[in-house]
Amino acid sequence: MAAKIDQTQVKKVAKLSRLDLTETEAAEFTGQLSAILEYMEKMNELDTTNVQPLAHCLPISNVFREDAVKESLGTEKTLANAPQRDGEFFKVPKILDEI
Amino acid sequence: MGELRYRVVVGLEIHVQLCTKSKMFCGCALSFGEEANSRVCPVCLGMPGVLPVMNEQALEYAVLVALALDCKIAEFTKWDRKSYYYPDLPKNYQISQYDLPLGSGGFIEIPLEAGRTKRIGIIRAHLEEDAGKNLHTAGNFSQVDLNRAGTPLLEIVTEPDMSSAAEVRTLAVELQRMVRYLGVSEADMQKGHMRFEPNINLIITKDGVEYKTPIVEVKNLNSFRVLERSVDVEEQRQLDEFLETGEVMGMGNKTTRGWDDINQVTVLQREKEEAPDYRYFPDPDLVPVEFKCEWLEDIRSRLCELPIKRQIRFVDEYKLSDYDAGVLTAERSTAEFFERVVAAGGKPKRVCNLLTQVGLKLANEKGCSVAELDITPKDFAQVSNDVDGGILSASGANKAIELKAQDPDKPFSVIYEENNLIQKSDVGELEQIVEQVIVDNPKAVEDVTSGGKKSKKAQSFLLGQVMQKTKGQANPKVVSEILDRKLG
Amino acid sequence: MQSELLNMSCKELRDGIAAGRIKSAAATEAVFGAIEKYEPVIGAYISTFEGRALAKANEVDAKIAAGEPVGELAGVPVAVKDVMCTTFGVTTCASRILENFHSPYNATVVEKLLAADAVIVGKTNMDEFAMGSSTENSGLKETVNPWDTTRVPGGSSGGSAAAVAGRMCFAALGSDTGGSIRQPASFCGVVGLKPTYGRVSRFGLVAYGSSLDQIGPVTRSVADCALMMNVIAGRDPADSTSVDEKNAPVCDYLEKLDEPVDKLKVAIVPQFSAGADEPVQKALTCALDVYKKLGAEIIEVDMPHLDYAIAAYYIVATAEASSNLARYDGVHYGHRTENAGDYVEVYSKSRAEGFGKEVKRRIMLGTYALSSGYYDAYYLKALKVRNLIRGDFAGAFEKCDCVMMPVSPTTAFKIGEKIDDPLTMYLSDIYTISANLAGVPAISIPCGFDDSELPIGLQILAPAFAEDRLLRIARMFESNTDWHRKKPTIVE
Repeated sequence: MAAKIDQTQVKKVAKLSRLDLTETEAAEFTGQLSAILEYMEKMNELDTTNVQPLAHCLPISNVFREDAVKESLGTEKTLANAPQRDGEFFKVPKILDEI
Repeated sequence: MGELRYRVVVGLEIHVQLCTKSKMFCGCALSFGEEANSRVCPVCLGMPGVLPVMNEQALEYAVLVALALDCKIAEFTKWDRKSYYYPDLPKNYQISQYDLPLGSGGFIEIPLEAGRTKRIGIIRAHLEEDAGKNLHTAGNFSQVDLNRAGTPLLEIVTEPDMSSAAEVRTLAVELQRMVRYLGVSEADMQKGHMRFEPNINLIITKDGVEYKTPIVEVKNLNSFRVLERSVDVEEQRQLDEFLETGEVMGMGNKTTRGWDDINQVTVLQREKEEAPDYRYFPDPDLVPVEFKCEWLEDIRSRLCELPIKRQIRFVDEYKLSDYDAGVLTAERSTAEFFERVVAAGGKPKRVCNLLTQVGLKLANEKGCSVAELDITPKDFAQVSNDVDGGILSASGANKAIELKAQDPDKPFSVIYEENNLIQKSDVGELEQIVEQVIVDNPKAVEDVTSGGKKSKKAQSFLLGQVMQKTKGQANPKVVSEILDRKLG
Repeated sequence: MQSELLNMSCKELRDGIAAGRIKSAAATEAVFGAIEKYEPVIGAYISTFEGRALAKANEVDAKIAAGEPVGELAGVPVAVKDVMCTTFGVTTCASRILENFHSPYNATVVEKLLAADAVIVGKTNMDEFAMGSSTENSGLKETVNPWDTTRVPGGSSGGSAAAVAGRMCFAALGSDTGGSIRQPASFCGVVGLKPTYGRVSRFGLVAYGSSLDQIGPVTRSVADCALMMNVIAGRDPADSTSVDEKNAPVCDYLEKLDEPVDKLKVAIVPQFSAGADEPVQKALTCALDVYKKLGAEIIEVDMPHLDYAIAAYYIVATAEASSNLARYDGVHYGHRTENAGDYVEVYSKSRAEGFGKEVKRRIMLGTYALSSGYYDAYYLKALKVRNLIRGDFAGAFEKCDCVMMPVSPTTAFKIGEKIDDPLTMYLSDIYTISANLAGVPAISIPCGFDDSELPIGLQILAPAFAEDRLLRIARMFESNTDWHRKKPTIVE
């Protein structure tokens, strides 16, 4: 039986996850993820045609807060953990593409 | 070459920042031009361990707009995470609504020329959080400011029902007027409160065969002018491209372009290697929203008459011109104030003139609404009636309003008195002045009495002389009657 | 005196301190003495705050001397798992990506501990971002089992369980996404409770699987567990998923703790539990006998979907994790690579350098499960299976007060034994993850030992928000057995 996921897919997923993988890691993950996904096939033994997906365990809705202002951190605290800053900004290498 | 006809088809995505006090999911105040990264807290900075909590006001504002757009409001809606990596998006996912938008299937009427309107379909309206801002410096790096991150953002998507750049602009303007009316957004274009993304293509008929050009989405336009212009430019560009390449709409050939304002062209944005995969899934940190009847009715009760309907009604009910009705209904507070003055006894046309000629000017100078000028509807009605009753001239009325705005506690009787605004209508007194003017200006008198071309001008001249002698206080109507009688 | 002090329960200590018989400073010094002695071997802590802790202890002692009111945990030295944000020290999640992260805010539970006058002695080691069942996935250090230092303490709250068992604090907080409180509690012979989803605020708990994560106590007795719950439970306006007092009132968990549950009906799932190793099964049988002697009725229930819990869990948890961990990107905080050519590489290289293997594996698995073309087959399917599992519990709880089963199929395993085989490691979570999928509370209490003198835990699961009854049921066992009094030889 073919592996559930091949190295090309693993590399694609790694890219989507913003994770640089070495070739060794890619090979290792391919084997491991394949085995895990193979195990996940187990779920298909269950007929879930009429089952609702359950994203939240809690049967609650409409939890709000009042539109009231709370104090912000301020620029210095906001940037306190920044790996790099430029004045009052976070600094990153030049962004060339647009979203 | 055979016969060629084409029409442009445009759908619009509009993002509107809502004017809540605090952000969508945290208590930071909304930001306009403060120091960068000063309106940020752990939640909107996406720090480890933080959780979002919905701002109820933002949700109600969004529903209010969806109702005004005649959308069906979802009984059950939820929040989804939209994943993509970008430095202005601290969590690298945006909290948005994917498959269950809070509003769907609505429409908006937009005014066309000559009082006609057109109905534009609304596909959906949903709420999401805005991203921060990436600033591109001259150096080899970019800066990130998160002040805007987490601002409540309403996204409205229209059907591709617009068939000209002008219609696109009109829709955008109408939406601006609507959200301002509803009081849910300042919709200040300069501050980026409204942003547009038109989806444009052409339907071309050539030699009896119909072709559709690939859809182009122009990103992030933030003025009406650029919006309109980009559609015009894109219309021509797509036509040229079609004639050159013959490419038609197909799977996956939609492209994204940006606007180059210097060269007034759209430019292709750097293509991604593959289609984005946003991996939407329900946000486990937020619970669903259920719009129970009572709550919806409560929100619905806050809906007001929408600007376009009000404009049409003002023309019908108050016999105003379409232009005047448009000016009065541009802002909700102005329209409502106008109606309060009319209710206080002012004649509509006269009140309209007072408000548009002096009221709005003063409000504009003071940076407030007409209703905030400290001049009551009753005051306006009185001045308006004093003009109609011949007590004040039109210019005297404007002067009276200006003075009242400066000194709201001073009664009009005093203002009129102190500034000699009351027109002289006493026939006996005015007759003497007229006599004097006749004696002083024999040439003009001759021109009037001889009839002929110069007669009208000469009569106006004489009237002007009387007005001058009375320092503008003479009632021109009465003076004219005397002149007519004496020289007729 | 020192060991006598260290072996006290939180409640005894608190009462002693509040009455002025014991100084919190003495207890805190004793704890730091134990840390000095055992920590080099056990490695339970990522950081400790001796100066801060002593200052707090002295403050509490002064308040008591002045006759001022004090909180419910007055002067009790406790530890928190390093997955909860604190404004003091660093909050690392045992990850290199957050190695130097200073939180500008405290988690709600940390605020609650401080308000209750607890003395926070340190932050405990864990599997990186709470992903693991052995604490071997810590990116920062190794923690061993106090009962056998060649074995794992369990995970992911391995540091908390080892610190409590090793007398290096009186109680600790852990977090449980798929068993991360109960399994290490069972491996280390202590009590661990995963409360109902929504009972304890998650604000400030660094998220792994947001719809499954829950903070809970790790203690040396059920009574201490109840005391800790009194401090941490309750609605938090900062957590939309914490439940309203109106719908599920928080009660005083200590008040009726010693009242046995009348006509107790215990359900077991025999075929499911049969998958555990023999000593574990034997301990379960003995535990059930204890309950029988106390008058409980044991019934068998069918919960046919529990076998699918691992598959569903590892999709739901990793899908949420892939999104929750997207924020660690080297832009706003945390580790940034020095080798980025462009801004995209800031992401991909910082993350590659900062995350350990298990975290990467789970991010990839979750990303895959949510990606276009696979969403329905994996994520959506898992949510449906999750609903079936919740249905199993709803059905069972119509017939009984609680369900009992093992915590783990094995006792503590050897360090390195399973680390290279992630699937085998995942499969060892079989008994704990269904409580997270269904959102129900579950507790692990000591119920025996295997032939190697390694502790075994009994798991008791109860209906949502029935922590009070769950604790009473657990207490019935504890009052009639001595397992919880056993100490690891290292601290003898």
